[in-house]
Amino acid sequence: MSDLESFRRDARAWLEANCPAEMRQPVVSENDACWGGRHFKFQSEAQRTWMQIMGERGWTVPAWPKVYGGGGLSKEEAAVLNAEMRALGCRPPLVSFGIWMLGPALLAHGTEEQKLEHLPKIARGEIRWCQGYSEPNAGSDLASLATKAEVHGDHLLITGQKIWTSYADEADWIFCLVRTSVAKKHTGISFVLFDMESPGVSTRPILLISGKSPFCETFFDNVRVPRRNVVGELNAGWTIAKYLLTHEREMIGGIGERSNIKPLGEFAADAVGLDETGRLRETALRAQIARFEIDEAAFRMLMQATGDRARRGEGNPAMSSALKYYGAELNKRRWELMISAAGADGLEWEGERSREGTVARTWLRSKGNSIEGGTSEIQLNVVAKRILGLPGV
Amino acid sequence: MALVLNEEQGMLRDSVNAFLSERAPVAHLRKLRDSRDAVGFDRPLWRQFAEQGYSAILVPEAHGGLGLGAVEAGIIGEALGRTLAPTPFLSTAVLAARTLARAGSQAQQAQLLPAIVAADLVIAVAIDEASKHRPAAIAAKAARDGNGLRLDGTKTFVLDGHVADRFIVAARTAERGLTLLLVDPRAAGVHVERTLMVDTHNAARLRFDGVRIEADAVLGGADAATAVLDEVLDLGRVVVAAQLLGLADAVFERTLAYLKERRQFDRAIGEFQALQHRAAELYIDIELTRALVLGALQAMDKDPAKAGLIVAQAKAHACTTANRAVQEGVQMHGGMGMTDEFDIGLYMKRARTLQELLGDAGFHADRVAAMSGY
Repeated sequence: MSDLESFRRDARAWLEANCPAEMRQPVVSENDACWGGRHFKFQSEAQRTWMQIMGERGWTVPAWPKVYGGGGLSKEEAAVLNAEMRALGCRPPLVSFGIWMLGPALLAHGTEEQKLEHLPKIARGEIRWCQGYSEPNAGSDLASLATKAEVHGDHLLITGQKIWTSYADEADWIFCLVRTSVAKKHTGISFVLFDMESPGVSTRPILLISGKSPFCETFFDNVRVPRRNVVGELNAGWTIAKYLLTHEREMIGGIGERSNIKPLGEFAADAVGLDETGRLRETALRAQIARFEIDEAAFRMLMQATGDRARRGEGNPAMSSALKYYGAELNKRRWELMISAAGADGLEWEGERSREGTVARTWLRSKGNSIEGGTSEIQLNVVAKRILGLPGV
Repeated sequence: MALVLNEEQGMLRDSVNAFLSERAPVAHLRKLRDSRDAVGFDRPLWRQFAEQGYSAILVPEAHGGLGLGAVEAGIIGEALGRTLAPTPFLSTAVLAARTLARAGSQAQQAQLLPAIVAADLVIAVAIDEASKHRPAAIAAKAARDGNGLRLDGTKTFVLDGHVADRFIVAARTAERGLTLLLVDPRAAGVHVERTLMVDTHNAARLRFDGVRIEADAVLGGADAATAVLDEVLDLGRVVVAAQLLGLADAVFERTLAYLKERRQFDRAIGEFQALQHRAAELYIDIELTRALVLGALQAMDKDPAKAGLIVAQAKAHACTTANRAVQEGVQMHGGMGMTDEFDIGLYMKRARTLQELLGDAGFHADRVAAMSGY
């Protein structure tokens, strides 16, 4: 038996023995995700246990080095672990911007001290991070950001405003882009880390069309941040920001690919019923759902192929824009079809029957997928220029 | 299994692309069309193609073949889609070769498989009977007649049927039973009519009037063809999907080059965002199809009985992508795209035929829904 096969066998045995039954139920809504952090309210004891035992093994971040709290697995082993978790229906033990975004950026650009301080806490779910990128006047044109950071000896003083900061009101720390020089647009930006409990930080949730507030406005009023919390060189933060954006795009793209979610066809069969030949009663909807599931299957394959090509060193970094674009559009389509299949029941906004309007609220929330992390239009610009080599601005 | 070609497969892809772009570029098809060639493909080219081993891919080694699988057949299909080269590859080296390898007797295999490898025989597989692909509704009937059978019925869209040396005919022998028959085109009661198609595809309509079939011309058991046919059709579908992928890829390359070269308003038209976004979306569709088709080819090699769903997904997706590619190709080439002189129109015609062949996107979307329980 190859090493990989024996790893597969051991991983499966361990998961079967240790993953709580509740954590093997399909994910129904975003409330089922475990974000960790100082103030996280666990949905159940099982959720807490699952995060903790996986964190102890480093399997919340299986491919990170052990010294930083990871599992120390090779990419191949991590892929096997992922496949086994999928096969057993195990929920992700921990999801966070620390895992998806900051972690990879720190691994590539952080000092040893920064890695040792922050990565293990991300891996164990102790610190929840948020991302301070967008500003009221810096959206698609992110590099025009204006939040000011003045260097005063061994610290920086930060003043300004961020917007669309996901879960800023629940996060413990922020990774933030600030302007440390006005001389040049892209080379006057620095990448800094600080505690959201620092004096001068305040947040205000933004009420969305879904009736929820996953995003905040975040204000900084002379926030004092130690100079050692700058990642990379001063004024060289844009490189890190871009690196991190590719990871964000992959993450949002991955929304279209959640494996542990009930297939749309099955959901629709329950909602509208089948006729005597076993076909969905709404024939036009049936055709649309089939087309959706075909595209979804293609997307799953492309995600896999992109990973396999990257492992061979044949990847194009701009492919993350293609995946982000398609994953976001796919997820919007999914929820259009979900709410259509749900019919009048899907319109209920409150109450236990609708699980507090989960379908309607998630449908509305999905509309942001093609705006956040770079709009669909920006992603298509990137594909046109960086992959297809088309000319222009 | 990784969703990438291995080293040998990569070499096969490079060699078949080099072979076809040198010996059978689009101009080759155009020449056959313009001369109203009676055969519809170039026999010397087919022989050279076979000398490279391309017709032997799916033939077992015991019969002189290469004993390779769907992935390799898909690589050849994709290359044929790129240059639109007309060959009997699909009919003879894919559909017939796999049918014989699965259902043929020792004698049938020994007689016919080496002839496929050597390009000595063209064997056409006759499935469709109506304008849409509906294999569940096969009505051609083979009734017991002494120790043999008597075949009556019609077939349409039979690839290479007008020049075939043998037919493999799917016929109904019982209410729920299908049987595969080897039929000699020269037998009494066989009528063959070549159908000239929009894309210069080589096909025929067949009529069988009480054709006598000897017992040794039955492939596999009587009434036992369903499983073999399912596998052969799925293999054909995924190879056609690969052809559509190659076709879409070639159209996109030409269109992208044109966007960079054609100038209006003092700039390359590829600078306009309206066109950039459409090109980017098309590129992503092609990449999606590429990944899904390779996944389906690998699934066919792993276990054909379990590959039905992904094959249906791949054929449907490839149809949709190729359709989009040729429509954007013509539109983005402007008036030039409408001219016969430009190759893009030939791609549009072939794409239409390949979509219809072995089930269009609607047919396969319906299969996806049925197989997924809705």
